[in-house]
Amino acid sequence: MRLIVHNMLTCNIKGVINKFPLRIEAEKVIKKEVDFNPDFLRHMLAKIEWKALVDGARSMGYTELPDHAPDTERVESDESFLKKFHHALLELHLEEGSLVCQETGRKFPVDKGVPNMVLREDEV
Amino acid sequence: MWFLCVFYHRLLDFRKPEVEALAELFGEEDESPLQWRLPEHHHNDTPFHFVHLSSEEIAQNIAKRSLLVKGMYELWGEGASYEELKDSIERFPDSRKLPFLASDSTFRISVETFGKALTFDEQRERIDSFTYVPFKGKVNLKNPDHNFFLMEMDESEENNGLQPILQRRIFFGREVGFADRKLLPTFQLKSRTYLGPTAMDAEMAFLMANQAKAASGKLVYDPFVGTGSILVSAARFGAMTMGADIDIRVVRDGRGPDCNVWSNFKQYGLPTPVALLRMDNNLPPWRSGLKEIFDAIICDPPYGVRAGGRKSGGRKILKGTVDPYTVPEDKRTDHIPSTGAYSLVECVHDLLHLAARMLVMKGRLVFFFPVLRDENGSEVKFPEHPCFKLVAVSEQILSSRYSRVLLTMVKVEPYSEVIEEAARLMHLEFRENHLKWLEEGNIHSSVFKPSDTSEIRTDSKSFKDPKPKYRGKYV
Repeated sequence: MRLIVHNMLTCNIKGVINKFPLRIEAEKVIKKEVDFNPDFLRHMLAKIEWKALVDGARSMGYTELPDHAPDTERVESDESFLKKFHHALLELHLEEGSLVCQETGRKFPVDKGVPNMVLREDEV
Repeated sequence: MWFLCVFYHRLLDFRKPEVEALAELFGEEDESPLQWRLPEHHHNDTPFHFVHLSSEEIAQNIAKRSLLVKGMYELWGEGASYEELKDSIERFPDSRKLPFLASDSTFRISVETFGKALTFDEQRERIDSFTYVPFKGKVNLKNPDHNFFLMEMDESEENNGLQPILQRRIFFGREVGFADRKLLPTFQLKSRTYLGPTAMDAEMAFLMANQAKAASGKLVYDPFVGTGSILVSAARFGAMTMGADIDIRVVRDGRGPDCNVWSNFKQYGLPTPVALLRMDNNLPPWRSGLKEIFDAIICDPPYGVRAGGRKSGGRKILKGTVDPYTVPEDKRTDHIPSTGAYSLVECVHDLLHLAARMLVMKGRLVFFFPVLRDENGSEVKFPEHPCFKLVAVSEQILSSRYSRVLLTMVKVEPYSEVIEEAARLMHLEFRENHLKWLEEGNIHSSVFKPSDTSEIRTDSKSFKDPKPKYRGKYV
C-alpha cells in the first residue's frame, strides 16, 4: 500500500467521528521505483491531505517532507520538492502492517501490500 | 479535413465511439461532435466511413492507437469504375499530390479488397494502370516514405455472404496512419498468467481503455478489479491504475507469489497498480472531503450471469432474520466477514454515486450493462445520473438471449448534496420502471431458462432481429 491510498481511506464503522487519518503501524516497508510524472504530482498535490501524508511517511521512516505543503504555484519550479513528494506518495510501500482507527482502535490489516477495508458483521 | 477511415469489420457498434473518444484525447475540440459521412449508397455497417478531423496528425494518432481502425487515408479519388476513379484522381489538386510523388521519396501501392479476392496478377494489373499518376519516386515495398492504397470491393449481394451494406466502389488514397493490432497477440488472455472466469478479453479491454481516454498522467480506477484485466490495458496506455475488489483471495493472494494481479502487470513490463485494495463498494471507506481524484472509472460490474456481486453482511443479516453478531476476540484475526448478494440495481447505483463524486470534471465512466434481447424490440433504458452525459452506447451481442452494452458517460456537472438527492430520485424511478426484471436472479434465469420450443416455432418467422448478421455471426 502506498501513501496515495492511505490518504484516501478512513475507518467507515458506523458512528465513528474521528476516522481520518488512519495511523500506520509498519512491519515491513519496501521501496519501489516509479516513473516520475510532474503533471500527475501537481494534480495530486491539490487533492492530498498534507498532514496525513507527512505523518504517514514518518511512520514509514521517511522524514524529508516539509511540515507544510508549498503553494501550488511555487511547486512548478521546485523539482527537489516534487521528487520528495513523489517518493513519499508513490514509492514507499507498506508491505505488511496495519492501518489503525484513532477512535476505535480497529486495525485494518495490510497483507502483501493489500489493505483489507471490509468490516466485520458487527461493525456494519 | 476529411479522411477515409477504414474499419475492421467487427464490433460494429464500438467503431465510431472509439474514434470519437480518441479524437478528443488527441486534441479535437470536445464541444463539437465529430462529423461523419458515408460513401454513396453505403449502409452504416460498411467498413468505409469519412470522418472530419482538424489535422493529419490527429488522424494519424487515432489510427495508431485504435483497435478497430484499420487505417486512415487521405482520399485522392473514388469511383464506381476505374474510369471514374481516373477522372476523380486527376481532379484532385496537384498541390496535394505532388509533394508525395517527388523523385527523392520512396513509395508503395497496396491493393486491398473487401468481400472479394484478387490474384497477384490482377493486383499487378491494377497497379500498372496508374500510369496517369506521375510517380517520380522509387518503389520500396518494405519501408516506403509514402504508402498508397487502392481499395476495391464488389456489390455485396454477389455471393460473399454479406448483407447489402455497400456498393461497388474503388478508393485510392494516401495512408496517413494505420492500426497496430500487434498489441492483441501480446496481450491475449491465453498468455496471461493469472486469469479469472470473467477476465475481460484483451481487445475489449483496450477498447474500454480508449473509451476512458486512458493516458499518461491519469489515474484510472476499477472498483471490480478481479484479476486486473481491464487495468492492464489502461496501464499499457500509460495511465496510473488502482483497483478494488471484495474478494480478498483474488486481490491479495491470486495463485501464489508469481501468479496474481501484480504479476499480470509485470508480465508485460507495465507499472503495477498504484493500489489494490479489498473493499466493499456498498460501504466504501473513502475519507470525507475526498473527491475528483480519478480521471476515469472503468469496470465490468458483476451482473449475475457469470458471476454475482457480493457486499458486506451475511444473507441472513441482510434479510433481517438474524441480528449482526459480534465476533469473539480470539477469532478476529482470521475472520472472514460474511457477504450477501449484491444486486445489479444497487451495484449500478453505487457505481454512479462513486463516479459522480470521485471523477474529475469531464472524467469518464465506462462500464458494461447487461441487456436482455427482447423480441418485441422495446427500447432499453440505461441508468442515468444528473452529473453525467451518456456519450456512447455500444452493444456486444453475447447470445440470442442477451447482450452487454458498453456505456460511456462523461461527468458534466460537479457533485453536490443537491445533485445527490436528484440522483436518488432518478435511481428510484429507474429501479421501479426499468429494472424490475434485472432484480436479483432474474437476469440469470432469463439468460439460462430452457427455451419453450412450441413458442419458438411459431415466433421464429415473425421475430425480426434488429441487428443484421454477417456470415452468420454478429460482429
